[in-house]
Amino acid sequence: MSTLVLYLALAMAILMLVGAFVVVVTKDLLVAVIASAVVDLVLAILFYILQAPDVAITQASIGAGLTTAIFVVVVRKTKRFEDD
Amino acid sequence: MIRKLFVLFLLVIVGFFLASVVVSVPFGAEKTIVGRYYLNNTIGETGGVNAVTSIVVLYRGFDTLGEVTVLFLAATGLAAILANTREKRKKHKEKPSLIMRVGTDYLFPAAIVFGSYIFLHGHLTPGGGFPGGVVIASGFLMLFLAQWHYKADELWLKVIESLAGMTYVLIGLIGLWKLGTFLGNFLGKGTPNMLLSAGIIPLIYIVIGIKVGSEMTGLLQNLRETTENE
Repeated sequence: MSTLVLYLALAMAILMLVGAFVVVVTKDLLVAVIASAVVDLVLAILFYILQAPDVAITQASIGAGLTTAIFVVVVRKTKRFEDD
Repeated sequence: MIRKLFVLFLLVIVGFFLASVVVSVPFGAEKTIVGRYYLNNTIGETGGVNAVTSIVVLYRGFDTLGEVTVLFLAATGLAAILANTREKRKKHKEKPSLIMRVGTDYLFPAAIVFGSYIFLHGHLTPGGGFPGGVVIASGFLMLFLAQWHYKADELWLKVIESLAGMTYVLIGLIGLWKLGTFLGNFLGKGTPNMLLSAGIIPLIYIVIGIKVGSEMTGLLQNLRETTENE
């Protein structure tokens, strides 16, 4: 793994941590869903860099695509803001 | 206060064990014995170029049947929960935007073709039945978002899904009849790198792709109907 790719992977890992933090902290559930989709998408790119394209495809389509759609529908169906 | 301390305590415990595992297994180091065996012998034993799908369908075929069953049960359970929550239709709805409608016209066939490509070439390139089916379902999701009046025929979805599931078991039973092992590779290896190779891997992945695609489409349609009519 070249140095550039290593720095890129590190930056993406930090982005994932920030996204995961937002998911836990925010009270707006729609924001939480989008942030978890960002985490999934970055994770898919990381899988690709780590030479696991099979897992990357599955992660991108199921994690970032379908799960996000289902969660958005569920948030719309229940309520958008978390109680304190 | 006590609750927060307890959470902190749990975090420390989980962190400690995770860290100890990460330290003892060096990142990206030497492969394990099983991993090395698979990478060295997959092409010779199965004829499939993609080691991952060979493991999923041939070495661990029975587990995959279980996985398909779990997905089926989850979709059925969700449909059962949602069945009683259909409410009255809302009068005024926002129309989907022009960009969404025109974009879907072009992207829907592309999604279908790409999904089919992923599961047809599962034994040659990365991918397989599960992601292929989900890509097809995402094409239908676009259709659901862009066309309010579009509705997939639920009966057909169910029939296609059940037929695909039964075909999977049937392929396994033919293996049992011919080779004496359930899901045995009764078609032989073929020439590696060809589309028609690796025995039953493409067959099973076509079946799984169709099954997952119709299942996920039905699930999304169920969710949409209950949301739309609030």
